[in-house]
Amino acid sequence: MAKARTGYSRRALLKTGGAALAATAFPAPMIWAQDIKDITLRQFGTGVSNLNDVAQKVKEDLGFTLEMTALDSDSVTQRAATQPDSFDIADIEYWICKKVWPTGNLQAMDVSKIKNYDKIVGIFKSGKLTPESEIAQGTAPHSVGFIPEPGATGFADEETNWMTLIPTIYNADTLGIRPDLIGRPIESWAELLNPEFKGKASILDISSIGIMDMAMVCEAMGEVQYGDKGNMTKEEIDKTIAIFTEAKRNGQFRAFWKTFDESVNLMASGEVVIQSMWSPAITAVKSRGIDCVYQPLKEGYRSWGGGIGLSKSLSGMELDAAYEYINWYLSGWVGGYLMRQGYYSAVPETSKEYMSENEWGYWFEGKPATDVITSPTGDKLAAAGEVRDGGDFYSRMGAVACWNAVMDENQYMVRKWNEFIAA
Amino acid sequence: MTETMATATPEPQASAARKRGWLGSRHVVGWLEALPLTIVLLTFLVLPIVTIVIVSFWRATEFSIIPAFSTENYEFLFGSSVAWRVFGATFRYAFISWLFCLTIGFTVAYYLAFHIRSQTTQIALFLLCTIPFWTSNIIRMISWIPFLGRNGIANQTLIDLGLIDQPLEWLLYSDFSVILAFVHLYTLFMVVPIFNTMMRIDKSLIEAARDNGASGFQTLVHVIIPLTKPGIMIGTIFVVTLVMGDFITVRFMSGSQRANVGRLISNDIGLLQYPSAAATAVVLLCTVLITIAILLRFVDIRKEL
Repeated sequence: MAKARTGYSRRALLKTGGAALAATAFPAPMIWAQDIKDITLRQFGTGVSNLNDVAQKVKEDLGFTLEMTALDSDSVTQRAATQPDSFDIADIEYWICKKVWPTGNLQAMDVSKIKNYDKIVGIFKSGKLTPESEIAQGTAPHSVGFIPEPGATGFADEETNWMTLIPTIYNADTLGIRPDLIGRPIESWAELLNPEFKGKASILDISSIGIMDMAMVCEAMGEVQYGDKGNMTKEEIDKTIAIFTEAKRNGQFRAFWKTFDESVNLMASGEVVIQSMWSPAITAVKSRGIDCVYQPLKEGYRSWGGGIGLSKSLSGMELDAAYEYINWYLSGWVGGYLMRQGYYSAVPETSKEYMSENEWGYWFEGKPATDVITSPTGDKLAAAGEVRDGGDFYSRMGAVACWNAVMDENQYMVRKWNEFIAA
Repeated sequence: MTETMATATPEPQASAARKRGWLGSRHVVGWLEALPLTIVLLTFLVLPIVTIVIVSFWRATEFSIIPAFSTENYEFLFGSSVAWRVFGATFRYAFISWLFCLTIGFTVAYYLAFHIRSQTTQIALFLLCTIPFWTSNIIRMISWIPFLGRNGIANQTLIDLGLIDQPLEWLLYSDFSVILAFVHLYTLFMVVPIFNTMMRIDKSLIEAARDNGASGFQTLVHVIIPLTKPGIMIGTIFVVTLVMGDFITVRFMSGSQRANVGRLISNDIGLLQYPSAAATAVVLLCTVLITIAILLRFVDIRKEL
């Protein structure tokens, strides 16, 4: 009967039946498969996790449609802050959350509806990776991860039942280098401004991230001492920008990059031999057969984390679908997919089931690969015997010196940054 | 350009209305006929500009815009040495690009108009000039990057020829590459209007010049150039406004190492500083208008057309 009217396949009908059975067994809110097919959730975010493969898998596993839009960090912030009705799910970074949350465009999530909440890594809850860890400078995810009650525009100091973003992806960033063109060990952030690399260095032109890389460099050079790199004073900003402006005028930089692809091209073409870079960009350079290293540095990593936030305008069935999506996100498939690109999943345990022992050993445990390591799209990334740059999860995420941040003097920093770019 | 056309169009309409007086007051008909264009211009030209001017006096925080009347944005702009330098760079780019576009554009148009006798060949060659314009601006621009790069074709060829030992660094991500891209992108905007005016020069004038003993060069300077002035001026306006308003070419071809005013504005927008971007846009708009006003002092385009 249902088939005649709406053209459901036998399989869909069975699924619906199953759902109905489940609904009677568990009196929790349950979405009907025939309705969920019509639901479309619009997600936007930075390129890193806006993957079409994820949208396809969502369609397969959950039945509804996920529309993905990938933008750069600035545009993401802009859109989340100014066009709340243009999206249902915002895939944003924690520092963006700090900027956007006070606009009231996002709604808090009920932690009790998140199945794998207990398994989420400590960084996103207490702020500590292990009980002994020290919390790094900057906008640490846990500090903007919770609010005291629904509707609040300020953040809570400790874990509550209301989460701003569900953590999905994070990593520890450092400088990328071309060892074949440099030919000597690189150990410090200070090397970025080493005159040896005049005209062959680059930094990313995204103010909130770029300023942190600058701070890591200036601190490593011993030129500036910071109280908190994630929350600089005007004076610290002036000093930092002045050092880089001088370097720029002296021709230290070949180019600045703003998008992932630009950073890959700069490195692969040999225009640049040392630059701020993101992990999968290294992977992309390597997959072209070019030697490229994500160099661990003695001062530590600059880290970042992203998560999924829900638009304020989501309600009813769409909201239920969004919760289903979040639970699915944390259930392992996406985590495995992201970890095989070199990112970390917020719930590593569940991702493990979707990775081979070799992959898990290489990416998470820092063990030598026992076989060829390939990316989710099939490109060869590492041969047997190779070890991940920086080692295992705990030595990488444990050596975070600073989180990407928005500072109190952000407005001022942005203007100075704009001057630096135009200088 | 738009404004020139806007004021020019209603006139013939008004004279038409005068003849059809029986329709009622000629004023009413005239106004009615001008109405659609007026509405279009008000909605899509005047209103946005007014909005930009208003917003330029507002204030902004990281994530919100506060309506206020504050001259803060202008103070910051005029007080910043970087802004002055960037305006200087914008004029420099505009001037140098204009110079090259004019030289190349004039030469091409002159060749097409006076050296090619057959009209078919003329049209064929003219279309040939426009072929690159069938692809996107951005693609034409970006395709220079691998060509000019450190290990690009240009450097490789020069090294293979033994002309240089080290790759030339200044080929890419420099003022050179920016201006090269501008000239490449915008020369056609010079060719078309100049070619157009040249085609309308009465050939008998050139014969008369020759009969009176003028050399080829004298004919060029005293007959052709003065008569081509409107075309040159239109081309100039195109090139100058396009270069002064550009931001993407400067960003890609200089690898963000150089800046013009458009870059200032786009950076501001990227960082959610809309009022500041609006203020810069207003200053840029005024600068461009003044530049065009000065240019128009030299030639009365409307009369010449």
